[in-house]
Amino acid sequence: MPAVIEVQNLHKSYGDTVAVDDVSFSVQEGEIFGILGPNGAGKTTTVECVEGLRRPDRGEISVLGLDPQRDRAELTQRLGAQLQDGELPGRLKVGEALALYSSFYRTPADWRALMDTLGLADKSSTRYGKLSGGQKQRLSIALALVGNPRVAVLDELTTGLDPQARRDTWQLIEDVRSRGVTIVLVTHFMEEAERLCDRIALIDTGRVVAVDTPAGLTERVQTEHRIRFQPSVPFDDRLLTSLPDVTSVIHRGDVVVVTGNDNALNAVTSVLARNNIVARQLRVEQASLEDAFVALTGRHPESEQHARESRPGQN
Amino acid sequence: MSVTATASPPAAASRPGLGRLTVTELKLFIRERVGPIWGVGFPLLLLIIFGSIHSFNKPQKDFGGATTLEIYVPVLIVFSIAILALSALPMVLAGYREKGILRRLQTTPMGPVRLLTAQLAVNFAVTVVMVIVILVVARLGYGVALPKQLAGFAIAVLLAAAALLAVGLFVAATAGSGRAAQAIGTILFFPMMFFAGLWVPIAQMPKLLRYISHGTPLGAAVQALQGAAEGHWPHAQQLLVMAAYAVAFGLAAAKLFRWE
Repeated sequence: MPAVIEVQNLHKSYGDTVAVDDVSFSVQEGEIFGILGPNGAGKTTTVECVEGLRRPDRGEISVLGLDPQRDRAELTQRLGAQLQDGELPGRLKVGEALALYSSFYRTPADWRALMDTLGLADKSSTRYGKLSGGQKQRLSIALALVGNPRVAVLDELTTGLDPQARRDTWQLIEDVRSRGVTIVLVTHFMEEAERLCDRIALIDTGRVVAVDTPAGLTERVQTEHRIRFQPSVPFDDRLLTSLPDVTSVIHRGDVVVVTGNDNALNAVTSVLARNNIVARQLRVEQASLEDAFVALTGRHPESEQHARESRPGQN
Repeated sequence: MSVTATASPPAAASRPGLGRLTVTELKLFIRERVGPIWGVGFPLLLLIIFGSIHSFNKPQKDFGGATTLEIYVPVLIVFSIAILALSALPMVLAGYREKGILRRLQTTPMGPVRLLTAQLAVNFAVTVVMVIVILVVARLGYGVALPKQLAGFAIAVLLAAAALLAVGLFVAATAGSGRAAQAIGTILFFPMMFFAGLWVPIAQMPKLLRYISHGTPLGAAVQALQGAAEGHWPHAQQLLVMAAYAVAFGLAAAKLFRWE
């Protein structure tokens, strides 16, 4: 499949501050491509260069074969953007906003159908200022899609949404993709990236640390698997420590914690079965995307709780 | 949920969006209240109050036989222009920038320049309507004659609006927030209205103040309007002063304006 977005050696500074040092990636047609990274990593600046809002200091960008700076007018027809802090006039009504924005485009989508799809039909004559955070976010997505774009760039899509609204939004994004729209998703939520993205560019301090599928990123970190269970009867630790796949066995009260490689689970359960020991409340902890994130960037992602608290007044 | 891919037929004619944008901005202007209440309602209220004062309808020797009300009609017109241009416009535009609305438009084919165009069109249109309303109410309600030099009067109105809207754009360009823009606009409003003769008619000002008044956009505007009302073509100096403000502040605003 051809690349829809091609970014090569992008560099952008604001005065002495380097926002994007050296970023390259390409996005294939029809995929959901995630840009994941800690706050201040250069995610937003990168997509703003892709959208043509900022002029890169160095590097090449091509979107649908267009140069975001030179072919700006044409790009705006084909790329829909949702900005992190893009509001609307407080007294503008939902229906008016959609009708207005759809009038900007050559071949707009049916804005009334879009309004239904996003669950805003009964808000048509509600003013923007009276909408909840989730409703504002949905309107913002609708406005990004109202021009029938080939590519949609969504920046911090679900920040400030409650869990239900966030799941609904994810469903919506998958529906949009199934229509053939290529999606670039900027996020710092692991769960969102893991659920939605076909591939992820992990960005830290202005550089691409890795580009891979969520599973591929997880595999890169060689964290050990941890198996916890309550044995039905006491047993000799050597039963397990003698297994080549097991590295350690620890007792925490009634609970036994076994660490080992990804074969350890098989080995442990078969040994226990052979010795007629039942493993109650068996749990396996594997490396997650979050572990990969921490391992690759050396930082903890901002937690959802924190993100929600940092945007008061929404929802 | 599924997103329908139905595309409406390609929009007819060139720039269908600009018309809709202007209509939408007009609706927002009316909903925003500052313009309609202070820019249109308040000058009309003053006209009605002044018109109801008996002595304001008597010819005054100081005004060369004109009535006080006749002297005040042009002052009320520039009062309205000043409110629209110095308070309503900068507040709206700086607010749009603060909220990221201009940036949002940058990602669409419409672009933020056309939003400025739509805003200016709305303010010009409201100015024209308001001038007509004031002239008609003054004529029908209080017997103030319509301007005898109508073309000169119209040109003076448009130049005054252009000069003030340029100053308003400059305020919007330099103020950090909608609230700051409104504060700066209000601070400019009072001295400008003083020199337009709101409190002391220009003809009765001491010589020095009268001199300064000639050089201010609203002072020049009021004199041009009063002259045209009496039947003279506006003095070249008055028109030039207004045009100079329009060009100088217009260029400065264009240079300094930031979309974010």
